[in-house]
Amino acid sequence: MSARIEERFAKCRAEGRAALVTYVMAGDPDPETSLAIMRALPKAGSDIVEFGMPFTDPMADGPAIQASGLRALKAGQDTVKTLDLVRRFRAEDSETPVILMGYFNPIEQYGVDRFLADAKAAGVDGLIVVDLPPEEDSELCLPALAAGLAFIRLATPTTDDARLPAVMGNTAGFVYYVSITGITGAATPDFGKVSTAVERIKRHTDLPVVVGFGVKNGAHAAAIAKGADGVVVGSALIDALKGTLDDENRAGPGSVAAVETLVRELAAGVRSVARA
Amino acid sequence: MNAPQTPNSFRKGPDETGHFGRFGGRFVAETLMPNILALEKAYEDAKRDPGFAEEMRSYLKHYVGRPSPLYYAERFTEHLREKASAKGLPGGAKVYLKRDELNHTGAHKVNNVLGQILLARRMGKKRIIAETGAGQHGVATATLCARFGLECVVYMGAVDVERQKPNVFRMNMLGATVVPVQSGSKTLKDAMNEALRDWVTNVDTTFYCIGTVAGPHPYPAMVRDFQCVIGEEAKAQMMEAEGRLPDSLIAAIGGGSNAIGLFHPFLDDASVEIYGVEAAGHGVDTDAHAASIAGGKPGVLHGNRTYLLMNGDGQITDAHSISAGLDYPGIGPEHAWLHESGRVTYVSATDKEALDAFQLMSKLEGIIPALEPSHAIAKAGEIAMTKPRDHLMIVNLCGRGDKDIFTVAEHLGGGL
Repeated sequence: MSARIEERFAKCRAEGRAALVTYVMAGDPDPETSLAIMRALPKAGSDIVEFGMPFTDPMADGPAIQASGLRALKAGQDTVKTLDLVRRFRAEDSETPVILMGYFNPIEQYGVDRFLADAKAAGVDGLIVVDLPPEEDSELCLPALAAGLAFIRLATPTTDDARLPAVMGNTAGFVYYVSITGITGAATPDFGKVSTAVERIKRHTDLPVVVGFGVKNGAHAAAIAKGADGVVVGSALIDALKGTLDDENRAGPGSVAAVETLVRELAAGVRSVARA
Repeated sequence: MNAPQTPNSFRKGPDETGHFGRFGGRFVAETLMPNILALEKAYEDAKRDPGFAEEMRSYLKHYVGRPSPLYYAERFTEHLREKASAKGLPGGAKVYLKRDELNHTGAHKVNNVLGQILLARRMGKKRIIAETGAGQHGVATATLCARFGLECVVYMGAVDVERQKPNVFRMNMLGATVVPVQSGSKTLKDAMNEALRDWVTNVDTTFYCIGTVAGPHPYPAMVRDFQCVIGEEAKAQMMEAEGRLPDSLIAAIGGGSNAIGLFHPFLDDASVEIYGVEAAGHGVDTDAHAASIAGGKPGVLHGNRTYLLMNGDGQITDAHSISAGLDYPGIGPEHAWLHESGRVTYVSATDKEALDAFQLMSKLEGIIPALEPSHAIAKAGEIAMTKPRDHLMIVNLCGRGDKDIFTVAEHLGGGL
């Protein structure tokens, strides 16, 4: 299961470094630009790509990702189109793991079984569904694992040791440690605490632990890469994209390049830190 | 989908995982789960503590002003009987109003807020956040926070801030911070998103005081329990007034807390017909309404599975109602279950029907109702005419209309 994810982490380990995980919203600001950005991510040094599935009410996301989702929806993005973007991405890249990240309602309306089959066929490797804690595993997590898709769990500073075993059960691929209690794109984490937190998570799982929330530049990425198996960046990339859009939220000539430039910086940051 | 079985009791829910049939649940980010579990435990402890119940009773009596009267609306009843007779209908039920608009702060919302604030105190939380639509829940929360010296932050959609200015002023007077929410449709659902974001960020210090029977478990059950005082009083009061149970109950539904509070104590009294009234806005066949059951389908939002207004892709669509308190694209999960089990009949009333009822009740009974219960009054009038004269009906008059005079004046074309 999720062979591409395992192989990618093995490759990064062999290179003695942490993985760079990049998040962009599928369909922001329009499907073609979005696909061009997706394709640029691995070329600029991203090891794993996460595509957001837009939702009107993303209750755990901050203003940047929320606005990004609304731009995508306004441009007509939906679940069918998101899976189509993955299919087109996968046609040119058979190795980079693709994770879809979003909220449960659009998946449930699409139909859980149909979604899992179509996602698998499109080349998706894993899912992160923010509003499905372990208490709701029967909804999507267990069917996803049965369908051969990794169900990637979020762990947070509020997930204490008593709860971690439950959170680490029924999961695969990697663990996404949310480094702050807060919404995406908010305050920068206290980097000193990250490696301690990662060690705590690792006492409960053999999976790689990646860390995100609040990573904005290459220096942040390097700081986190010291203590984690991977670094996740999302809101900062979306901010970089947004800076290139015109008043009507249309892409400009520099849109793809702006994201690419920041990913290169982050990739250099991750690669500047050697890991045992 | 299997047809729901008729349970032995309609009052046993939710199950230990917070489900009412297939509705409810705990669909929240991991950051919030430990807090929700802690809240559930604190509430279970409080329920077993006679001291908590005693504290509730004391504040309900001396601070809120309960019990609220069950009042026979004689002129409204006479009016309906005349109208029925003009139409050749036999009827005209005897209509009672449960006067929860007489509570301190002017609505039923305070019943729930009192319970949650006493619970927050037990849990040692000093910062309270709330979402509000019409502002009644915000005012009630700001009031109890003032009373107990707690910090209070109220999230309110920017559109609602504009149309409910008197309540914004009240909250400010009471020392609360009102945060206008600019995202999405800038109404109640967006205020709830923003409150959830605040809670995710400040989870250690903060108690989220949800205003209706929605959100993740245990909120739908806990808020219901705090509101059940409405139905428990009404039952005793009707026994005293008429010596028997009412024949029907009717209440307006946004999230549905006033309705479940009236309904729940009667759910196992099979002879009692129960009606919930959703807001039909411009009509349930238009795209401008807030009737989640009539015009929505089951989905997941704000921590629970319930009936929601959405498009084919599962994106939540904007609700519309003249009443800010009903302007929400969902409904409490227990109502979704009561609908599918057939115990409660859900109907809807349009903006116009609510406006007419608002004026009628003001002129006939000298009671200016809020626009929310005006929806219930509108349907009560219709249903009462089809019932015999010995039919006893209770309408939940869950809020007073002072806050709505600007909106009503504008719709009547006069201005103030």
